[in-house]
Formats: sequence, C-alpha cells, structure tokens
Amino acid sequence: MSKKTDSNIYTILFAIAMVIVVGGLLAFTASALRPRIDNNERLEKQQNILYAMGVNANDESSAIFVSTDEAPELFSKYITKQLVIQGDDVTEDPEAYLIDVKKEQTSAKAGNKRRLPLFVGTKDGQTFYIAPIRGKGLWDAIWAYVAMDANMVVQGAYFDHKGETAGLGANIKQRYFMDDFIGESLMSNGSFKGITVAKGNNDPKNIEKNDNEVDAIAGATITGDGVSAMIKSELRQYVSYFKTLK
Amino acid sequence: MGLLSKKDAALIKDPLADDNPITIQVLGICSALAITAELEAAIVMSISVLFVLGIGNVVISLMRNIIPSKIRIIVQLIVVAALVIIVDQVLKAFAYELSKTLSVFVGLIITNCIIMGRFEAFALGNGPWRSFLDGIGNSLGYGVILIIVAFFRELLGAGTLLGIKVLGDPIEKTGVYAFGYENNGFMLLAPMALIVVGIIIWVQRSRNKALIED
Repeated sequence: MSKKTDSNIYTILFAIAMVIVVGGLLAFTASALRPRIDNNERLEKQQNILYAMGVNANDESSAIFVSTDEAPELFSKYITKQLVIQGDDVTEDPEAYLIDVKKEQTSAKAGNKRRLPLFVGTKDGQTFYIAPIRGKGLWDAIWAYVAMDANMVVQGAYFDHKGETAGLGANIKQRYFMDDFIGESLMSNGSFKGITVAKGNNDPKNIEKNDNEVDAIAGATITGDGVSAMIKSELRQYVSYFKTLK
Repeated sequence: MGLLSKKDAALIKDPLADDNPITIQVLGICSALAITAELEAAIVMSISVLFVLGIGNVVISLMRNIIPSKIRIIVQLIVVAALVIIVDQVLKAFAYELSKTLSVFVGLIITNCIIMGRFEAFALGNGPWRSFLDGIGNSLGYGVILIIVAFFRELLGAGTLLGIKVLGDPIEKTGVYAFGYENNGFMLLAPMALIVVGIIIWVQRSRNKALIED
C-alpha cells in the first residue's frame, strides 16, 4: 500500500512544518507568559526568605507561606538589609535576593570571585542572617534558605527541590525534616563543621542540638547526603563574614 | 452509561478490569514504581495522565491521516511534549502553587509509555471521540492501580495516608506503635511497588482464568 504520506518529500516537509509550528507555539507561550512567571518566582523567593526567618503561616504540622499578596510588604518590613559579599567587600544591594545562585556557582568555577547574597532580617528584636544555598540531590537540584544568628546557629530553614523522589527525598521540604535544623549550630569548637543529615544518630526527636547532626529520612540517603554536602560547601563561604560580626 | 453505545462504553470499562494498562498491557510500569511511595503523588499523577492522555489521544487521532508513518513515533513524542510543556507554562503563570506540585511529574508524563502506547495502539487507527474515550478509560485504569499500590505502600511504609498519621505516631509511640508495631521502611523502596503490582496481577488472574496465557 502506497500512500502519499509515505513519500520521502512528504515526510521531510511534514517534519519541517511540525518543527516550525510547535517551535513557534512554544516560543510564543514562553515569551508571552515570561513576565508573569518571573513575577511568581520573585514572590516565591520572598516567601522562602521570610519563611526561613519564621515569618510564615504555619499550622500545626505543615509548612505554609505568607500569601503572595502580603509577601512584598512583609519582605520590606522584615528584611532590613540585603548584602552582597564578594571576598572581603560587603556591599548593600536592594535587589540582592534576585541574584541567581546557580549562575554564581558556575561563574565561580570559571575562576571569578563569587557574589554571595546574605539577607539581614529583624523580627521581635532578634537579628537573622539568611543565606540562599544550592546543591545536588539524587535526581536534580536542591536548594535552601537558611536563617542563622550571628554565631551561625540555625534559626530556621526552608528546603526545596526540583525532582526528588515523591514520598522519600521530596520530604526534605516537610516540617518534620526542616524544623530539626532549628537550634543546630554550624560551628563546632570555633571552627566550621556544617550539619550532617545522619543515619542512625539515635536521636529521632533531635533533642541533642550540639552534635551537628539531624536525623535522616529513611529511604532518602542520597538526597540527605546532598543536603549535608550543600550545607558544608555553601555555608562555609559565609564564615569569614560572620567572623567580622564579632 | 446511556449516553454511550455498548462498544464505546467498553472503551472505558475494559481498561478498568480485564484490559488494564498496568496489569495486563504492562504499560506505565515505570511510573507505577516511581511515584507510588505516597498516595497524594499517585493521585496527582493519575489526574495529570488523565488530562494528557485524553487530549493527546484526540490530537493524534485528528492528525492520524496526515502523519507520515516513517516518523510517527517522533511526531507523537513532539505532540505530547509540547502539550505538557504548554500546560506547565500556563500553570506556572496562573497557578504557581499547583505547578510546583506538578513540575516533578512533567518529565515522567512525557516519557510515560502508557501515553505513547495508547497513541500507537489506538489513536492512530480510530476517530477522535473513540480515542478520547480510550484515553480516559486507560488513564482511569492506570490511576486505579497507582492508587491501590500507593495506598498500601504509604500505609505500611510510613504509617500515613495522604500525610495523615492514621496508625499513630512512630516517634511518640502512640496508636499501634504502642504495641511494638514498626513501619516497614522497605515498602517505600521501588522493588516493593513491583511486588505489590505482582500481587494485584496474581489476584486478577486467579479470578479470571481467561487472562492466563499458556
């Protein structure tokens, strides 16, 4: 059976037309929606940063952000300073929260000096230093906003991921995992140690706060190791700035 | 189903029972392993597949007479990828929270063999309305298995359903945990999904001998 759709010319023309139509459609959708998506992402960053410093609408067990309508107002109310740390230079930049951590990591690999954003927030008289960090999980990127006090003791954290396994690694954004970090110190005897997501530390309720360890999620070893590695390599870079605070 | 002729109704009903995409056609097994560790993810995935397969089947069916047979698989892949990406972009712009829940599934949907399998096996040879029914039927059949598997894996593996601690608190030792019950962490790992699917296949075949091949 020979149909006109079997000929080579038809096939090639069809392929070309398909590419143009689908490509055009996708490009149009992407560029038409870009401003809205950018705005949503900006609000999400504000919500994440506020969440880490304890400005959120959490109920008993789940993590809930402040609403997107309130986020910009609360963000300017609670976040007093946004710093960009580059080596020993510390500058203020009201748009520092828009710095793309991923791009900075890539450019640091190419030998450039990395720009480290740090957000200073005040709530109920307490000062929070919030750092955005980024690393690798099992499948894809993981990232976090970690709020610390001047001694690098964690005061709050928000974790998120792009594609960790649902039910296992994806649970790093659950309260029972994130809340364990509160009160843990990143320092040990005056030097930076980080916080390890540890299996078998016999402390599932995380009562011991001075061991630089939180309890791991069963079945999510690689994601947990990714979290430990991310905290170690990323927050270490902030240590020299925190030393200047004393 | 008074609206549908007997033949059309079978398109919906068969995949729910004796022509189930997962247990009989062995389509969509990979996602049945990947996202059945918790019930919520399984439900979200089932609904997403329902949309994509229903609409995708119609699109492919409408194009069935102009698709060159030599590159039909590529065309199918492009149609489903474009569909999923556009939906993802629209959700990101207008329902950002929802899109965050779904973004994990985008890749899984595009590469889900149930989608390509139904395009190839049904939509290429049937009209849009029948293809639509076939898409709905098969995604329902797929969803049922996913939800059954996820129900047992979440219940036995984590002691929760939809994130609610139905068996008590394993750390505080309340509920059944007070009697020494422990969660079976093995249930959360992918191999157990295969075993649960295997048990479902076993039950189904022992009830209907016609399904057993020689």
